[in-house]
Amino acid sequence: MKSTQKKTLLVVASILLVVWALVTVIPMYWMLVGSVQDSAMSASFKPQMIPEQLSLSPYERFFAKTDAWRWLYNSLLISVILTVTNVFFASLAGYAFAKLKFPGSQAVFWTLLGTMMIPAQVTLIPLYILMVNVFDLGDTYTAIILPAAVSVGNIFLMKQFMSTLPTSLIHAARIDACSEFGIFWKVILPMAKPGIAVLAIFTFVASWNEFFWPFLITNSNEMRTVQVGLASFVFAESTDFGAMMAGATIGALPMIILFFSLQRYFLQGITIGAVKG
Amino acid sequence: MQTALAPKPSVPRTSRVARFWRDYGWAYLFILAPVLLFLIFTLYPVLTALVMSFQKYNIMNSTWVGLDNYERLVKDETFWKSIKNTLIFTVGTVPVNILITFVLSYFIYQMKSKWQTFFKATLYLPAVASGVTISIVWLAIFDPTDSGLLNRFLGLLGLDPVIWLGQSGTALFSLILMNWLGSHGAGIILYLAAMGGIPKSLYEAADIDHASGWTQFSKITWPLLKPTTLYLLVTGVITSFQVFISVYLMTQGGPNFATTTIAYLIYETAFKFYEFGLASAQSFVLAIIIIVISVIQFKYFSSDIEY
Repeated sequence: MKSTQKKTLLVVASILLVVWALVTVIPMYWMLVGSVQDSAMSASFKPQMIPEQLSLSPYERFFAKTDAWRWLYNSLLISVILTVTNVFFASLAGYAFAKLKFPGSQAVFWTLLGTMMIPAQVTLIPLYILMVNVFDLGDTYTAIILPAAVSVGNIFLMKQFMSTLPTSLIHAARIDACSEFGIFWKVILPMAKPGIAVLAIFTFVASWNEFFWPFLITNSNEMRTVQVGLASFVFAESTDFGAMMAGATIGALPMIILFFSLQRYFLQGITIGAVKG
Repeated sequence: MQTALAPKPSVPRTSRVARFWRDYGWAYLFILAPVLLFLIFTLYPVLTALVMSFQKYNIMNSTWVGLDNYERLVKDETFWKSIKNTLIFTVGTVPVNILITFVLSYFIYQMKSKWQTFFKATLYLPAVASGVTISIVWLAIFDPTDSGLLNRFLGLLGLDPVIWLGQSGTALFSLILMNWLGSHGAGIILYLAAMGGIPKSLYEAADIDHASGWTQFSKITWPLLKPTTLYLLVTGVITSFQVFISVYLMTQGGPNFATTTIAYLIYETAFKFYEFGLASAQSFVLAIIIIVISVIQFKYFSSDIEY
């Protein structure tokens, strides 16, 4: 490209990007400033873009009116367990599909993958009946966790990642009479650390943010996750915007902190297995 | 080495089985958990849902009603309205979002790497917030009084406040608008990775041929990014056909069914009215639409994808 053309492009690009970055960040900023200004005094919610007086009373109200600590505990517990199960089972299956030859492997893999197109709404009702009426697990951690213990998408990601690992080390380990699980545990997992880190982070965020299934399967206040609890709070307290914003912040803040501390993984991670060419 | 031909030991059947398990047992063990979960939590529910869609479902005794549920939903005005709303939402959001994502990525790609990281991080940030958080924030932004952020902005322009979510004329558009201004971060990262994968030699060759910037863009950049565009298109359509949280939290499908999407309708039919059979029929219609559209997209887009 000619250099003048390139310069104009750069100027236009810079302006547009700055404007769009602002547009993107304003809702998050609005949430934060809305949560640290006391709007209880006035009838309507009218926070300033640049707050004159900071107040944590929206947070106090939010925590006083809800079981937020319990919800946070539930979310953390469920997200940690789901991260561990997803990483373990997806790596194990991904490794088997990528590196081990066995009759039926292609058929099983493509069957699993094919079902990804089926929308969640289809399985939802039978799944709900199965959990609540057949297994009698309604309103339990087990019911929230089990159906999400490993996802096909994650198996696919790990298969893509595992197939990039060198096969020679696997052969070497096999000659050394290492058991197959030993190979997976001592050879493959250490090599797959970058992929596992990405999978773990994305699973954790997705589990934390999951709404629909926990929303359906829980009905007691103590079993709600923070997202489900927040939604119930919005319906109960639709006028207290300040406390709502505080709640929204509480639900998002752990993920925002995670994002800033692990930015590198977020910004490189999702390309694994997704882009060809 | 020549030895006398020893009689071949006849292999007993059990040891063949044993050898099979020695060779492949581990592999099957490794995929056992996912396959079991798949059978119990996907395959069984899909088949059950299919059966339920032909039933008047009752936990105790369901009765087979053939195509009644499907007939009911075809005659149901709300169902057609929900299909229409979902289509409008999808057509209104997915192409626009891909365009925004593409332009932003193309511009970011021109930047120095430090600025690339900055913009990537800024634009990605909202993607880590949940749908619930985003919906709550936008409830405040769309607030119909003049304290809502959007109405304040209109006020600055001298315009009257709008009842964004509360009237059927603007409610669906409001949800679309929120979607436009949402996060494009994930798509941007995919596009940037794909742009980085285009061989520099192609552009150098084009420069030698004095190809204009536009020619380079339309002959090199855009065609080579087609797989990424296809990916964003297919996943975008699938997600937007299942949009739920924002509808549930912000409008409850209203006013006057103006924002009732098909996913929301299924939820209401099943868990508000307990019409499990009818809801299953609706969910199968949704599945068929999604699968047909995805297949068409693949066919249409991948015809000239190889390079």
